[in-house]
Amino acid sequence: MSEWLPDLDMIRHIIAGAMMFTGAVFMLIGSLGVLRLPDFYARIHAAGITDTLATILLLGGMMLSSGLTQTTAKLALVGVFLFLTSPTATHAVANAAHKAGIKPRLGTIKSPHPRDVEGS
Amino acid sequence: MGYKILLTATLAVLWLTLSGYFDKPLLLSLGVLSVFISIGVAWRMRILDNESVPYLRMFALLPYWGWLAVEIVKSSITISAVILRPDMVLTPRLIRVKTLPKSSFGRTLFANSITLTPGTVSVDLDDDEIIVHTLIKEMTAREDFVEMARRCAKAAGEKEISF
Repeated sequence: MSEWLPDLDMIRHIIAGAMMFTGAVFMLIGSLGVLRLPDFYARIHAAGITDTLATILLLGGMMLSSGLTQTTAKLALVGVFLFLTSPTATHAVANAAHKAGIKPRLGTIKSPHPRDVEGS
Repeated sequence: MGYKILLTATLAVLWLTLSGYFDKPLLLSLGVLSVFISIGVAWRMRILDNESVPYLRMFALLPYWGWLAVEIVKSSITISAVILRPDMVLTPRLIRVKTLPKSSFGRTLFANSITLTPGTVSVDLDDDEIIVHTLIKEMTAREDFVEMARRCAKAAGEKEISF
């Protein structure tokens, strides 16, 4: 009976690992966005991905892998504090840029496909 | 009085969670001392009110946080797809959002939610409008902002929701 029951602990760690991996991938996408996007205001949006979805996934994965322990409670607190402070910081930066008179690039911005730029 | 008890309980739970000490008398008594010093300072500064002790309000926010998490996941995926395209096409806009919750707490919640959602950042806040920078024009839809404003007003406990 018990040998074909799935090992719950193993499944938990697999899900936790998958969540942390996905979180790391979104961190990478966010960093890539900060490098690729054209101006200050656009880059804030890319940084937003690392602040939100990547953080949810990383903290969630860590909480799942540490189980019902004190560490999980601490991680939950970290998550709550991050979600209260990170939009405030982002808004402060964006507002400072706006007040300092940095104009965002508006309209339609197209960047050519790398294959057309290289010219082969 | 109620706020004093609530803040004491919250600080005690926070101290125990972060330290994890339950059987060290010296450290526990120092923890109790620090909790009481904090309460004393907050009482002398006269900031013991609904603004600085919002813990009961946080339970009313839980359903809203759930909805917001789903929105964050959806727009994160949209923005990631935009970033990863080799021939990136952006249509940045600066828009004015005029539908706002009435209370100052509801407005703070609304502006923070806009910033938390990837693809939209609240840049400036006036008396009757928020200036929002969006990365792609698909995210400027009025209905989405109205829906979020309505949910924020509801989570902030506003009685009349007129939009």
